[in-house]
This record gives sequence, structure tokens and C-alpha cells, in this order.
Amino acid sequence: MYGNDFSGEDAPGGLLGEVEAAEAALRAAAERDRGAPGQDVDLAAYFAEVIDADQKIEPRDWMPEAYRRTLIRQIAQHAHSEIIGMQPEGNWISRAPSLKRKAILLAKVQDEAGHGLYLYAAAETLGISRDELVELLLEGRQKYSSIFNYPTLTWADVGAIGWLVDGAAIVNQVPLCRCSYGPYARAMIRVCKEESFHQRQGYEILHMLAHGTPAQKAMAQDALDRWWYPSLAMFGPPDGDSTHSAQSMAWKIKRFSNDELRQRFVDMCVGQAEVLGLTIPDPDLRWNDERQAYDFTQPDYAELMRVISGDGPCNRLRMEHRRRAHTEGAWVREAAAAYAAKQASKEKVAA
Amino acid sequence: MSERSERLSVSDHSPLWEVFVRARRGLAHTHVGSLHAPDAELALRNARDLYTRRQEGVSIWVVPASSITASSPDEKDAFFDPAADKVYRHPTFYDVPEGVAHL
Repeated sequence: MYGNDFSGEDAPGGLLGEVEAAEAALRAAAERDRGAPGQDVDLAAYFAEVIDADQKIEPRDWMPEAYRRTLIRQIAQHAHSEIIGMQPEGNWISRAPSLKRKAILLAKVQDEAGHGLYLYAAAETLGISRDELVELLLEGRQKYSSIFNYPTLTWADVGAIGWLVDGAAIVNQVPLCRCSYGPYARAMIRVCKEESFHQRQGYEILHMLAHGTPAQKAMAQDALDRWWYPSLAMFGPPDGDSTHSAQSMAWKIKRFSNDELRQRFVDMCVGQAEVLGLTIPDPDLRWNDERQAYDFTQPDYAELMRVISGDGPCNRLRMEHRRRAHTEGAWVREAAAAYAAKQASKEKVAA
Repeated sequence: MSERSERLSVSDHSPLWEVFVRARRGLAHTHVGSLHAPDAELALRNARDLYTRRQEGVSIWVVPASSITASSPDEKDAFFDPAADKVYRHPTFYDVPEGVAHL
């Protein structure tokens, strides 16, 4: 759907359409709102009722402690991913091949920072502070998506990240627009609308390279070869091994299983790769008429686990960079705080 | 990192602000999210960068989150109860006799 449709209009059934539908459902759920729980209502039963009715849990509502913890873990990991995710592409801002590409890449990386901030704010509504969240990332006690531990070796990688990595993220995130926790659902609607530009710009980069000189086409193919399987791994371990899935589905935090989403992604990508004239690096990829879906080779989940546990190609580099940026930015935070304190005391004197 | 900055926490020195944006003339300001900033001026600039990168607004309000007093959803005495038994506040409560116009 994305990428091969540059008209600005989204075809019906497209991902942006799904985001719109989720937004409409959110408004409809608000219309059906049941008001505050009455005096003698059992709070746990009320929580279950709201979830069953596809309505939203809001920050000050009662919620099971495990629901709160699951959300904090998931939203924080998501926010950290957006922040760390600026690095692989940031690597190419100074070397983008034209002013136009540089401006686009800058805007995209700025969006990632924005997405991180929307998500941190959503996590903070659950009672964890920004300081704690930043600390958990810097100390390596909370994770970010393993995909950002892979290096961006060529300009075509920027294209592959937009098309595949942002594409996989969108497939993952569109169902989150219907998540049962209101602030997360609202943040995801915003994020998804912005992500679609990211995916299209990546696809356009690859499309230009794939229709350029043989060397450019080879560069595009090489990027696809390297990013394909790590992108499939973004959906997480296969359903049988996924630890958090069942409870998250029951709470309507998650709407589809890892394997369902992975399949959806593969089915979308095949046609898009054909238009690019590039080959997905999977000799066993073929249409299965019975399943009405593509059969494909699973990513190497042992590699996924290695990268998650810290042993990917760029884990140390990413964390060092983030810690350095945080430390070197300390004077800016201090100066702004000192200025605010000075202004406040001047106002007090004047009053 | 200096000792001083170790003590500087985001929440102490960069409090939370709630952001409201007027999307177009004729619409009310609507809550769009929140952010951290040390003072009102920076909160406004951060809000512009964070919430209006795509011309989503023509006017922004920022309010310190700590200045907002909110009703509590789990208050035992149902705060909104007084409104529940006053159907006569709605025009549909009244019978309009047949043939009456402009009412």
C-alpha cells in the first residue's frame, strides 16, 4: 500500500485508513462512556467491564498493578526505541546525497525524537517519572528495539530503514492505536500518522537507487539483504515463546500475535519489492494458495536473543552515544533551570 | 557530570506542562499532551516543536500540570451525581402540545 502510492491519497484499506478507523473507534467509545463508577462498585469488576466494552482506561482509573507495570515496560521500551532509533539515521544526516534528502532526513529524525517524547509522556501518566525512565535506559535496565543495534553502512540503508524498519513498526503500531489504555492509544494515533511519511520516503530512496546505475541498484539490493531478517525479527519471538503475549491480549494492550503481524508484514512487502525490482533474500518465499498468504523463512531467533541481551553489532556504541549525549547536554538543562529560577526570583522581588 | 547536575532532576527543575492547541480559528483549544520545561517560555517553544511540526495549530496554551486541580474518578461520594436526577434540564423533558411552532 505504502510507497508505490505517492498521490497523497491513501487507498481504502491502507494503514492510514486503519489509523483513521481506530481514531473513530476511540471517539465512539468515548460516546458510549459509562461515567465514573458508582459508590459501591467493585473496582476490579468495573475495570474488566471497561476493557470488555472496548472502552479506554484513563490515568486516574483503578487498574491492576500488573496492567500498570506491563504498560510502563512496553511504553518505556517503545519510547527508548524512538530515542535510540535516531542514531542509525542520524549517522547519515551530514552525508545525505542532496540538500533535499538532508532536509527530509532531519525532519524524520526530529519526528523520532518527538515520538519518544509523546511516549515518555504517556508512560508518565502511569506514575513513573521522566528521570526514572531516562535512568532505566542509561543503566541498561530497560530495553529498546534490537533493530537499532544494526549499523547503517550505506545511503541505501537509510532507504531500507524507512521502508522495512518503519514499515514493520507501523504494522506493529497500527493495532496499538486501539490499545485499552487511553494515553497510549492517543499517542500511537499521532505516531502512526507521522510514520507513514517515514516509510514512503524510505521506499522512494530505494526506488530511485533501484532504477539508477547498476552500482546503485546493487547497493539497494545489499541493503535489503541485510535488513530483511532483522526487520522480521522486530515482531518478536514466535508466539509459542512469547512471554507477555497472552495476558496483554486479554487486557487489549496487544491485539494481534507476533506471528500474525509478521505474516501481515511479509504479505505487504512482497508486492512492494517487486515494484522496486529487488529480490527479497529468501529462496523459500512463495505464495501459499491454501493459506492465502506467503510462506517464508523465519528470522534467526537465536540471533535476536543475542542482540537483545547486548551482543549485537552496535549495542555498546548506541548506549555510549546516548550516555555521552545525556552528559554533554547537562549544562543546557542546568542553564535553563538557573535562568528559570532567576526569572522567578526577579518576579517575586517585583511583586 | 558535575555533582550539581547529579542533583538536578527533571521533575524538580523542569516540571511537567500540559499543552492545549487551537487547531484552527473558530475551534476551542484542545488538550494534546504534555512535556517538561523549566519555564513557561521554553514550554511554549517546546510545545511548538513537539506538537505543531505539521501546522496542527494556530495558538498554543501551556499550563503547569501542578496548577491543575482535577476531580478524582474514584471519589467515594459520586461527584457528578447531582446532575443525574435533573432530567428537567433537558428540553426533551417537556411535552409540547400539538401544533405549537417555534418552541
